[in-house]
Amino acid sequence: MWEYTDKVKELFLNPKNVGEIENPDAVGEVGSIICGDALKLTLRIDKKTGIILDAKFKTFGCASAIASSSALTEMIKGKTIEEASKITNKDIADYLGGLPKEKMHCSVMGMEALEAAIANYKGAQQKKETLAEENIICKCFGVTERKILRAISENNLKTVEDVTNYTKAGGGCGKCKPQIEKILKEYWEKKASSKEETRGKKLTNLEKISLIQETIEREIRPNLKVDGGDIELVDVELNKVYIRLLGTCLGCPAGGFTIKEFIEKKLKELVDKDIVVEEIK
Amino acid sequence: MIVYVDNNATTKIADEVFEAMKPFLTDEYGNPSSMHTFGGKIRRFIDKARESVANLLGAESPSEIIFTSCGTESDNTAIISTLRSFPNKKHIITTKVEHPAVLSLCKYLETIGYRVTYLNVDSRGQLDLDELSYSIQSDTALISIMYANNETGVIFPIQEIAEIVRQKNVIFHTDAVQALGKINFDLKKIPIDLVSISGHKIHAPKGVGALYIRKGTKFSPFILGGHQEEGRRGGTENVASIIGFGVACELAKKYMEEENKRVKYLRDKLEDSILEKIPNTRVNGDRVSRLPNTTNISFEFVEGEAILLMLDQKGICASSGSACTSGSLTPSHVLKAMGVPFTFLQGSIRFSLSRYNTEEEIDYIIDTLPPIIDRLREISPYGK
Repeated sequence: MWEYTDKVKELFLNPKNVGEIENPDAVGEVGSIICGDALKLTLRIDKKTGIILDAKFKTFGCASAIASSSALTEMIKGKTIEEASKITNKDIADYLGGLPKEKMHCSVMGMEALEAAIANYKGAQQKKETLAEENIICKCFGVTERKILRAISENNLKTVEDVTNYTKAGGGCGKCKPQIEKILKEYWEKKASSKEETRGKKLTNLEKISLIQETIEREIRPNLKVDGGDIELVDVELNKVYIRLLGTCLGCPAGGFTIKEFIEKKLKELVDKDIVVEEIK
Repeated sequence: MIVYVDNNATTKIADEVFEAMKPFLTDEYGNPSSMHTFGGKIRRFIDKARESVANLLGAESPSEIIFTSCGTESDNTAIISTLRSFPNKKHIITTKVEHPAVLSLCKYLETIGYRVTYLNVDSRGQLDLDELSYSIQSDTALISIMYANNETGVIFPIQEIAEIVRQKNVIFHTDAVQALGKINFDLKKIPIDLVSISGHKIHAPKGVGALYIRKGTKFSPFILGGHQEEGRRGGTENVASIIGFGVACELAKKYMEEENKRVKYLRDKLEDSILEKIPNTRVNGDRVSRLPNTTNISFEFVEGEAILLMLDQKGICASSGSACTSGSLTPSHVLKAMGVPFTFLQGSIRFSLSRYNTEEEIDYIIDTLPPIIDRLREISPYGK
């Protein structure tokens, strides 16, 4: 039995925006019945403003696939194409209050359908047609190297199992697992060496702030959230990082320890050894 | 209202079983291996349970039964014991549709030097006995073929298979976990060497199983320990559950004929009504040679987990062979081996009944299911 959030259950049992828009301005189709899930997204777009006026979906798949599709349509309605194109699978999962890790691929399918629809609107060729030229890693589910790399970088994936949960790659016969392992290894090695480089050279202020933000998002907040805690980045002044404790971190007697021993240590390690973290109450 | 139609997964503990177990969970807590009367007297209750199990199987003698912790342990014991007994034989024959208790072990054995032949099944889920015959090699140590399939209920012709295997002088094991208590079989007439069974599928508690070992069959214990089960399975006996298992076997024997007729009527009513009311629906597996309590039905263009969760909302407990419910990303290995068309593959639901189901419950499912499938087909891009 899967542990679905109330939001997933609600959007599965009473999904919003089911159907197909007649003569849509954009269509995005991803997945297939063979793979176990498929989504057809149709959009009505105001051509002058680029605002998505209406969005409807039809989905073949499990509860989380239907809920992810419904969530996506709710999220993009009223947004411009530009705004909508920034939505990631993580945003969809967050909207649902989280998905079981084995079901993250449902949120990835939502993001891909949206991308396909936007590409379709912009007149670009559907990705499907260029698939043949790409390097397909997982033959069972037709997953390309590009899709795997993207899932790794956007969701900070570390293991083959993670990659399978997010993209399905490796979930069929399993023959491509060594290749996925290799892709992961190369990606993280490259990432580590580029980090060394950035640390070596002097960062501009803007670069430093975005690296701090990225580190907080990827390395720090997920760890705090495990225990119901959280932090918010308030300000950065040279090497001083001001943060606010949230959730269970707030008023936690170990708060000071968390700041120095975890947050500051991580930022020193990954951004700049001179960083000092201070709490704003 | 809870309508439980997932009895191939597990069953309700019968009231009579629970009553019989109670004293051994409270006052009678002695260890049957003890020298004092308080513990030692428990032994005869275990002996009685062993007789009841032997009786249901049609075993020659109760000493052919050893108690285990579950069906999976029985399967592992049977297979590992046989391989140890014939160290020069490196070939195993099984089928593509076995329970994971057998399949996972076979996959592992392949990594340590064994060769495994996985027999095919046809679209009805039936074996080709000629394929079995010519697959047997001079170093085949063991043939392990299930009695009845847990997902589809399809019954293999075990009598014929056993006779083929016997002629070739190979050890024959069958996983009869799903067949026990649902169909009559008599081990005095069928030459099977090793039979795995489990308690919780026949209204006994979870955590108890048994392995039948025909007298004279070479055996080497899987769990080493004390002298329990005549040295064939170490570990202090799960006394209360073993006693419960014994009573469950007595009840199964008593009710089998009469109740199975009624259960079969309910299953057929459910199946026929669903096929009639819902278009683009098919039954997976041989409808003739099949357990009386099981039906595996696929609904085209919808996905099994979604159906299950909507049924769950209405209090109906069933199961599915879809990829999303299997914990992996691939759909049921059984339905795939049968070549079920891909449009049906992800939308399978298994209803498995027991003697506790009523006609009212079946009617409730018949009324509840069609709107659920309709709704999901509306959502599906492949629906009408």
